[in-house]
Amino acid sequence: MDRVLFGDNQFFGVNHMSEEKARAQAMRFQDLQAVIDVLDAAYREGIRTFMCTTHDRVGEICDYFRANRDKYPDYRFYPCMPYAHKYANAVTEHGTMGALRKFLPEDGAVGAMFRGGVALASKDIEVIAQLLVDAEMKMFQGLSTPVIFIQNVITDLLLGVGLKDAFRMFADHVRNRYQAEPGFITMNVPRLLDVLEEVGVDNPIVCANINKIGFRMCGGMDLYEKTIATRRFRPVAMSVLASGALSPREAIEYVCGQPRIESIVFGASSRGNIRQTKQLIDELTCPAPGPGRRDAQVSAA
Amino acid sequence: MLRLAMVGLGKMGLSHFAIVNTHPGVKVVACCEQNAYLTDVLSKYTGLKCYDDTDRMLQNEKLDAVLIATPSKLHARMVEKALERNLHVFCEKPFVLDVSDGERLAAMAEAKGLVNQVGYHYRFVGAFQEAARIVQSGALGKVHHIRAEAYGPVVLRPKGSTWRSSKDEGGGALYDYACHALDLVNFIHTPAVSVGGVAMNSLFSRDVADEVYCTMNFRDGATGQLCVNWSDESCRKMATKVSVWGTNGRLSADRQECQIYLRSPHSAVPDCKGGWISRYTTDLTQPVWYYLRGEEYSAQIDYFVKAIESRSRDNVNSFRSALQTDKLVEMILAEVNPRVVPATAAASVRPRGFWARVLG
Repeated sequence: MDRVLFGDNQFFGVNHMSEEKARAQAMRFQDLQAVIDVLDAAYREGIRTFMCTTHDRVGEICDYFRANRDKYPDYRFYPCMPYAHKYANAVTEHGTMGALRKFLPEDGAVGAMFRGGVALASKDIEVIAQLLVDAEMKMFQGLSTPVIFIQNVITDLLLGVGLKDAFRMFADHVRNRYQAEPGFITMNVPRLLDVLEEVGVDNPIVCANINKIGFRMCGGMDLYEKTIATRRFRPVAMSVLASGALSPREAIEYVCGQPRIESIVFGASSRGNIRQTKQLIDELTCPAPGPGRRDAQVSAA
Repeated sequence: MLRLAMVGLGKMGLSHFAIVNTHPGVKVVACCEQNAYLTDVLSKYTGLKCYDDTDRMLQNEKLDAVLIATPSKLHARMVEKALERNLHVFCEKPFVLDVSDGERLAAMAEAKGLVNQVGYHYRFVGAFQEAARIVQSGALGKVHHIRAEAYGPVVLRPKGSTWRSSKDEGGGALYDYACHALDLVNFIHTPAVSVGGVAMNSLFSRDVADEVYCTMNFRDGATGQLCVNWSDESCRKMATKVSVWGTNGRLSADRQECQIYLRSPHSAVPDCKGGWISRYTTDLTQPVWYYLRGEEYSAQIDYFVKAIESRSRDNVNSFRSALQTDKLVEMILAEVNPRVVPATAAASVRPRGFWARVLG
């Protein structure tokens, strides 16, 4: 994984601080070109990975990158599935089973059979989980997706309910079918690690809020810091700026000060903010360069 | 360790289950749910004991409390069964569809000294708590207008096959969305004593209203507006906002922030020297032991557990409190359909609706 990953909240009207700001962003980014311009700005700063939900509009972004492979030969997507609101709204509209049927594939003999209820009747959730993952992955066909994440609302629902095997099923399917590493987004890191260990998902990629004010770090900062320092997993830090509650330098200093955090994901809408955050991460990731060491460090980065 | 059972595992039920199942003070011993597919999966993969008959579950299991998240029309019956067995009850909102059921059940829970709580989770959102604190402190001066809004993208096409699209089962934007907005007004200010100018329209639904608007009149002379639409695709998810205007300023609160404007400083908002200030969710939110969808969902469950443990019987979102919201729903329905006579409309307050003004 790259040290810096680019997130997508800003493109889809997600802002944890202000609904007004979220709407302004939703307006700006309803134009695909506006999204591409920001991804381009990030690309120019050296950010090669786009960590994105499986929102319907990401399909359009994927189309663009498929059509412009030459321009972005090393571009990677880290899909985060599913875009939960489409499921939540479907459950309200159609009920749990109705929503499940709606999202299972329509085409092909297998799909038809499952929609007819055979898989549903067998209570074999592994097949259903695979079909749901495949449905979400369709939009990324032909693109590089080396890590595939489950969104926190699903991770934490499964974790809370105790459907532990689902994590192993997801991990197996993502590895076998997509030759990708499974990733898990969660707000409850210590508890999730216990369960992943229990079902045999070794050294998992886990993306979670890690920030200086302890915002949405369930179990508390002390436990998080200890967990990061001592347990076997590959942490990806998100919400490092705590939705803007911290100054960028202070925020990045904290995260870079934690040992073993592999990657940091952040979203931004302006070239200036992208550059500033990326440069801060680069600067604070390495120990302060001594005289004569600067060149070596820059080339190593 | 509190022994709890789930009644109903639909969308809200599953979410509550995931949260309460992780609570260090609770053991979820069983669930009751009609969806056999779901219960088969849960018992196969998690070992949870599942029933499809509440009576049988209540009879077989030794319980302290139940968490009820069935379709709304079943709430009254389920709550009653639980109270009869002296169980503490957490019930999803809205509390009941028939106010007389609610009166009876609130009295029953109170008489038995059982903790009774309804899932109006917005009362556990930091920004709304801050709004309530500021309004009640008098910082805004004399409050004269309140606007409660809720918009979201639930029904966007002319179909729908769940109980939420059936008016007799507590479906529609009135029960699903408006209840939240009304309850927030009750929380931040006071319950309205009458409503008027009700507009309830179906946009896509056959049987229920997709949008609800009305004027609210408060005992202190303030007026308010309710604006609710669950067929608004422009919202990513449910967006709820309360704005309050007073003689010394105004505030607007949503899940993310509380924006306050004061004309002159007030001790309840010491950092506001006059003009605007904002308080953000990151400052207003208390950490929870487990996070799913929002701190407020966990906070309300923890609060319920702690109320039982501490034998507190004066809790937020009690049946009595939620009943005030049900009464407002009844008043709104009575305005639309004059054959429904609200038992609870305050006779002392002169209605200010259009017809009332015309007819005197």
